[in-house]
Amino acid sequence: MIEVKDLCFTYPTGVEALKGITLTIDDGEFLAIMGQNGAGKTTLVKHFNGLLKPTKGEVVVDGVTTGEVSVAQLARKVGFVFQNPDHQLFCETVEEEVAFALRNFGFEENAIKKRVDWALNLLDITQYRQTSPFMLSGGERKRVALASVLAWDPQVVILDEPTIGQDHQQKEKLRQFIVQLNAQKKTVIVVTHDVEFVAECNPRVVLMTEGKILAEGPAEEILTNQKLVAQASIVPPQITQIFLGLSDFGLPTNVIDVHEARRILLDILEGAS
Amino acid sequence: MSMFEGFRFRRVSSVIHRLDPRVKFFFVCVLFVTAILFSKLPPLILLFFVPLPFVLAAGVQREWIRSMRGALFFAVIIFLFNFVFTYFSTQYPQLPSASLLERSLAMTLRFLVLVESFSVFFLTTSPDHLGLALEQSHVPYEFCFAFTTAVRFVPVLADEAQTIMDAQKARGLELERGNFLKRVRNYIPILIPLIVGAIRRSLELAEAMESRAWGASEKRTNLYVLKLKNADYLLAFGSVLMLIFAVYVWRYVPVPTLITLLRL
Amino acid sequence: MVLTGPSGCGKTTLCRCFNGLIPLFYGGKLEGEVVVAGCKVVEHSIYELARHVGLVFQNPENQLFALSVEKDVAFGLENLAVPRDEMRKRVDWALQITGIEDLSERPPHELSGGQQQRVAIACVLAMQPDVMILDEPTSFLDPVGAQKIFEVINELNKELGITVILVEHRLDLASKYANHVIVMDEGKVVLDGEPRGVFNSEKARLIGVGVPKATRLYQILGENGIRLGRVPVTSEEAASLLREVLKRD
Repeated sequence: MIEVKDLCFTYPTGVEALKGITLTIDDGEFLAIMGQNGAGKTTLVKHFNGLLKPTKGEVVVDGVTTGEVSVAQLARKVGFVFQNPDHQLFCETVEEEVAFALRNFGFEENAIKKRVDWALNLLDITQYRQTSPFMLSGGERKRVALASVLAWDPQVVILDEPTIGQDHQQKEKLRQFIVQLNAQKKTVIVVTHDVEFVAECNPRVVLMTEGKILAEGPAEEILTNQKLVAQASIVPPQITQIFLGLSDFGLPTNVIDVHEARRILLDILEGAS
Repeated sequence: MSMFEGFRFRRVSSVIHRLDPRVKFFFVCVLFVTAILFSKLPPLILLFFVPLPFVLAAGVQREWIRSMRGALFFAVIIFLFNFVFTYFSTQYPQLPSASLLERSLAMTLRFLVLVESFSVFFLTTSPDHLGLALEQSHVPYEFCFAFTTAVRFVPVLADEAQTIMDAQKARGLELERGNFLKRVRNYIPILIPLIVGAIRRSLELAEAMESRAWGASEKRTNLYVLKLKNADYLLAFGSVLMLIFAVYVWRYVPVPTLITLLRL
Repeated sequence: MVLTGPSGCGKTTLCRCFNGLIPLFYGGKLEGEVVVAGCKVVEHSIYELARHVGLVFQNPENQLFALSVEKDVAFGLENLAVPRDEMRKRVDWALQITGIEDLSERPPHELSGGQQQRVAIACVLAMQPDVMILDEPTSFLDPVGAQKIFEVINELNKELGITVILVEHRLDLASKYANHVIVMDEGKVVLDGEPRGVFNSEKARLIGVGVPKATRLYQILGENGIRLGRVPVTSEEAASLLREVLKRD
């Protein structure tokens, strides 16, 4: 469980990035942290694995106060997949890349081999085992980065803007992957401004703006609230926009999913005839 | 590292900042040459005070003090080296004389005058102003471009280095632990992504440059132009006078040492 | 025109063929012919083509090299040896059209991604090309930033008559401005036509193109026998078409 208590954070340059955040994330939750660029989303999640330490307030991960332990200790439980895989890749082979963190955490050789096999298989990159990560395409490098984080089986997985530059099918695969992780009782936290992606996943949403939490709740409540959405400078999902345009027909205004939309419309049209 | 702090430009405007960089550079060169000419303390002490009014007029005292403090470290090393070496090669085993002390101090002060003048130059000249001066001084455009682009990307690369460190720390990399050798090895996961990233970035930059007609003309035009104003002419004139005066004194006037002056 | 397709289909490679980066900068073998604005690409140098074709790249950071915005916008004009007075006029004009006059003396590092991308567009615009190609320009931007960019691009097309080729994945935001869509897959053009037809086609679904949700809704309603008047591409269109159907009943 991650507890954030009145967290304030100011960068050394003087920029006040977080102005009092209070939040609780239970084990096994799927959470999307949303807001425009500069709202403080990435700054917030960097506190969960100790990369940033609170200026005021505290963050407690599984009973451990983050200010008192090192990043390496917290990273054992909290895996962080950065936006750009090229910020991580440096090894000669994909295998070494995936094993890197395991070696840092002191796993023994047998365990390392098993876990590397497992992670490569999970992300469908076993065939690239001996390839240099620099030779792979953008999408493949993202999978290597993801495999290298999942290899040590952290309880919490944080994905920072995972949908940037991805095409529709890649996003769909990612969505299914997150569902899989969740099914394994892992806590998944996604930092994103991709509203359509969040609408398809329907997680719990925390909406941030200017260093504060504007609102939180199920996606269908938050993303369909016009006032909140405007305040956070994001755009409502297309399906929501369509239904908002038809609100005078008495249609519900909290729809974000295209299949739910179909169901409602069919009900109305079939009920009428 | 703090010696370099003095060379970082601050976003401020003053009369000194608005002076033409080429004239400022000429002035700094004159200071440089004058410092080399004299090896006795009194003229060097005078020379040390010459850039000070410029520092105050530009409002960059704090940065200037920081760079001088950093330079002090090297100054001490230079003094010790000079003093010890000269002593052992000339006066040993007698006691060191006052004139030896003075001469070593003079060498050290010369170094400080050099740092001081260049620091004032860089503190009061913005990189783009400097790049423009280089262009107009007929330095080949490739070099000017390389210079300003490098300066433009320094903060970007610094941020990227921080992000890479965060990403690797999040995979359990510990940069503060271990003996010297291990620590150096631990920087490989930082350096490689940084270098690869820099290469990728250069490729993207090259694409953008080519797409914006790089190399289209033999002679490029420029959006800005540096024009010499009254203040520039004044400084240039003053520098030339100073140079003539310095050469004259060096040639014809016997310069006393500090010891001689103190005895008087 | 919107150019889309799955990752690796060749859209980025195709863009670079239009302004000469392929084959002149990248080498390799080029077969067939590319003619842009009346010029055969292989017969001209990249800087000659730059007068007619502008290319805006995905990463805003790596297109800006000067220490102030207006110097960056002037870069292309300086290369083309445009006289200073003319240059000043064009720079001010480009800054005004992209709505960034107040940023003219700022260094690029202080700007947001969206602002940087507008500067990049101004840089290309100043050279007054006939064709402007934008390769996933909104990848790194949030939805509001992306919308602003699309509005600027739309203005360039509608007000200035510049031919715009936009490579995008985010079709829900981009398609409302397009009047022509091309879909590529595995190095070939597989769909070419106006947006409604392309988004609604079976082939688009097979390839896995992320069509706008409005079109998707039209398709799945159609599966249940509900026919809307036209294929919608934007949420406003879908709402008004649904309104007609709901009114009927």
